[in-house]
Parts: sequence; structure tokens; C-alpha cells
Amino acid sequence: MDARPAVTAGINTAVTAGIDTAATAGIDLSVGGVFKRFGTTQVLGGVSFAVPAGQAVALIGANGAGKSTLLRCCLRLIEPDSGTVQLLGRDVRALDAAGLRGLRAEIGFVFQKHNLVGRLSALSNVLHGALGRAPFGRAWFQSLAPSGLRAEAMECLARVGLDAIAARRADRLSGGQSQRVAIARALMQRPRMIFADEPVASLDPAAGEEVMALFLDLIRRQGLTLLFTSHDLAHAIAFADRVIALRGGAIVLDAPAAGLTVAELRALYD
Amino acid sequence: MTDTNRPKGRLFRPFGRLVSRAGLAGGGAQSKESTRPPTRFEQPGLFAFAAYVAVVAFFVVALSGTQASLGDLASGLPQMARLVGEMLPPSTARLGPVAWALLETFQMAFVGTVIGVLLSVPLAVLATPHLSPHPAIYHASRTLIAFFRTVPDLVWALLFVVSVGLGPFAGTLALIVDKLGFCGRFFAEAMEEAERGPQEALAAIGARRSAIVACAVLPAAMPSFVATSLFSLEKATRSSVVLGLVGAGGIGIELKVAMDLFSYDEAATIILAIFALVLLVERASAWLRARML
Repeated sequence: MDARPAVTAGINTAVTAGIDTAATAGIDLSVGGVFKRFGTTQVLGGVSFAVPAGQAVALIGANGAGKSTLLRCCLRLIEPDSGTVQLLGRDVRALDAAGLRGLRAEIGFVFQKHNLVGRLSALSNVLHGALGRAPFGRAWFQSLAPSGLRAEAMECLARVGLDAIAARRADRLSGGQSQRVAIARALMQRPRMIFADEPVASLDPAAGEEVMALFLDLIRRQGLTLLFTSHDLAHAIAFADRVIALRGGAIVLDAPAAGLTVAELRALYD
Repeated sequence: MTDTNRPKGRLFRPFGRLVSRAGLAGGGAQSKESTRPPTRFEQPGLFAFAAYVAVVAFFVVALSGTQASLGDLASGLPQMARLVGEMLPPSTARLGPVAWALLETFQMAFVGTVIGVLLSVPLAVLATPHLSPHPAIYHASRTLIAFFRTVPDLVWALLFVVSVGLGPFAGTLALIVDKLGFCGRFFAEAMEEAERGPQEALAAIGARRSAIVACAVLPAAMPSFVATSLFSLEKATRSSVVLGLVGAGGIGIELKVAMDLFSYDEAATIILAIFALVLLVERASAWLRARML
């Protein structure tokens, strides 16, 4: 990716300064001073960063560092306590329910555990990607969907190489296949940006490598912006343009991936 | 004592707690906490102990309240034997009317269950904490379901007989309300326990709450819905027999008339017909469950 933002390079360099989101053009995501506390535990302590359009950013950090919470706060799947989130030019915290649904419809979200509806077919699960833009009666089951949506869902399945098993129930797919279907569901959204929460953590190394490569290839081809969390430091360096590390709910590293090594990143976990 | 890990000098306490004198004194290598097996039973606290005593005491009082008497039971046995004798052989004189009444009974059970199950789904959605649109609606729905469930179907039948008159329609209405209470509760619990991951995924896609219910919650809860609905049909079949006793249609009224006229052989036929119907429904329900789940 050519267009990279000005990032603070170097290990253990905390980036906590606020970002002038309004003045920043071409920024898909801008997070400013986001705090989140669960009971007495502070999970996010004033996180700030911006992601330009088309960039792939890896969020790393130990368990409990706040990666997943940060992703969910960006879409208000978890409500942040304070701070600002600008996503695709919209103030996420100011949106009403309808506005939030409209924004979410433009953001693909791939979860660690796939989160497919197990008793429905792969094709029906992919069709659910259209729920943000179509009445649910049209995207409920593949048998009820109009032919245009069915064809689009089949195309998404074909892009992840699973169109041959479109009718198979999701709970009868392997882990790698399930994650591919989840990616196809995200593509069905026609997203402008993708969030992925440890997308290959539940897969074996070979399947994880394969799915991640496919995932990134699809994203690059469409020029989508990507923010993903990962415990696989090699993946973070190989697949991201930029790495942001969290520790104790604060950013301790924000640097271009190209200049980083696994050993340097591993030191952040100590 | 074969267990060498146990300390010497134990004191037995009520409800099985074992306390080591040697351990309390701190003597001996075997008194280490890490080598001591856990107590077999936890000693109950004061309130738990009082509760146990209260339950046992209430059972004794309740037994007395039921006027249970082994003497009465023994003296009633010859009477029961005489009744069974008069029932045999079952009469086949009114097989036709009994068969029609049996069909009406099943029709009541089937229609009451289908309508009750269908109405239970939206009510259960409102009674599921994370799907209900508002806490007040949630509490109101839960209360309504609890009310439907706690009032027995026989009482509902009495009310509907007064409202719509004698006959199977009153019984069917009673069964619908009974199913709302029964299925409403179990459907709500099934939806509450449905896997949250797919629901979160659809919320992240921008799906409306109704779409999340339809696309993620209902498919996940479907096995429980099917099992509950089929069990509900079995229960409705048994209930619809009794509803006839208060004039709400079905074969119950035939049984009541036969008993009132001391036609015990005819009553035996009706009881056997009921047994056959309930058995058939249970078997069919078990077969369907196995096929569909």
C-alpha cells in the first residue's frame, strides 16, 4: 500500500495525542481519546489513531489489552464511555439507531469464531450480508431470496472458493470453510471497510495462512480498508501495512509493518 | 483405616464433615492441606439446616393433612377389584360415537396446539430479555405468560364454557391459552440461551432486531421449539380428555356419562381408546422429533 499515514515509529512509543479528525481527508476511521471501563477494570484508556482509506492495519496486544473491545467500540457493538469515533466520515457516537444500522451495513466484520448460523446453509449465511440493505424477508433464507441476491451471494461464495458447497449446512463445514463463508458474508455487504477480530485464531496454522492470504487478496483487489486484530505477529507484519500495539488499553506502538520484526513485537508482550 | 492420607484423630460431625485434631494441632507430615482429600460432604450452614428440617416437618404435616390411611387403602382394594371386574370385558356397543368423540378430542388438541404455538412465538420474543424492545414490555410479557401458565387449563375451560358455551370450541380456546403459558415460557428460555455470536454478527451487519430474531435466533432455537411443540401436543391430547368433564368438548364427557350411569364396561372402552390415542400421539411425536432434530 503506497499511501501510508504519518505514524510514530519505534518500539514502546506511546501515541495518545488527539487527532484532528474533521480536517483529515481520506481517513476512513479516526478514533480520538476513547475510554472504556467494565466495572472497575479500565479496558481502553484514551486510545487515539486514524486509518486512511485503503490501508491494512493490524492491532496486536496480549489478551485483555483491549483489541476486541476497541473494534467493537468503533461500531458501537460496545458503547464507549467517552471519546470520539469517526467512521467513513460519520460521527459514530452521534448516530441514531437507523443511522448506526446504515453505517454498520457498510462495514464488514469477520469474527474469530465465524459466528455463522449453524442450522442454515452456507448460501443463506452469505445472504445475511445483505440484511443491512434489504428487507429481511429477502435475505432470510436462500429459498425465499430474489434471484438477483442469490446470484450475488453465489458470486461471493465463488470468490472464496466455496460455491460448490453452497447448500451445505454451516455447522457441517470445517473451521477454514466456515471462516471463508464468514468472509463471503462480509463481501456480500459490499463493504467500504472491513474489521476482523482474530480472523484465523481458531484455525490450524496451514488453514490460517491460507484463509488470511485469501482474505487480504480480496481486500487488496477491492481497495478496502482493513483493521484486524491478531496474536500471530508474523501475520501482522506480513499482511498489514501498519501495526498498532495495545498494552493495558493504551497504544504503545504505532509503526509501519515493513520495518518491524517478530522479535521486536514479541518484546511488547513482556 | 486404609486411607493413609487421612490424618489421625478425626472428629465426626453431623452431615459428614471430618475435622482433624492432628491437623488443627499442626502435627504430623500427613496433616498438610495439599495431601488431605476434600471432605465428602459439606456441612450445611444454619439456614440450610433449618430449611432441611422445615421441609421434613412440612412433609409430615402435609401427610397428615391428606388424611392418608393405609387402613382405608386396604379396605378399598376389594372395591377396586369389583370395579375392574365390572369393566371387563369392555363394551363395544358404542364404538362409533366413542371413535367420533376421540377424533374431536384430537382435533381440539391439534388445533389448540398449532394456534397456541404460533401465538407463543411473538409473545416469547417480547419475553426474552435481550430481544424485548423495552424492559416494561419484557416484564409485562413474562407476567402474562406466568398468569396463563399458573391458571390450570380446566379453569380456563370453565371460563370459556361460560363465555362461548358448551362444546369443543371452549376446549380449544382453553388449550390455546394453556399453550401460550407453556410454550411462551420454554420458547423464551430457548431464545435466551441461543448462541449470541451469530446475533452479534448480524447486529454488526446492520440488521434490524426483527431480522436478528428471524435469521439468527429462530434457527438456533428451532430444535427446542420443535421438541417443546411436540411435547405440547402430547400434553394437549391428555388435557383435552379432561376438558370434556366440564363440557368443553371431546371424549371426556362420554367418560363422565358412562361413569355416572355405572356403565363401567363402556367406561373401560373409553379409557382404552384414550390410552391408544395418547400412545399414538406420543410415538408419532417421538418419531417426528428424531426425524426433525
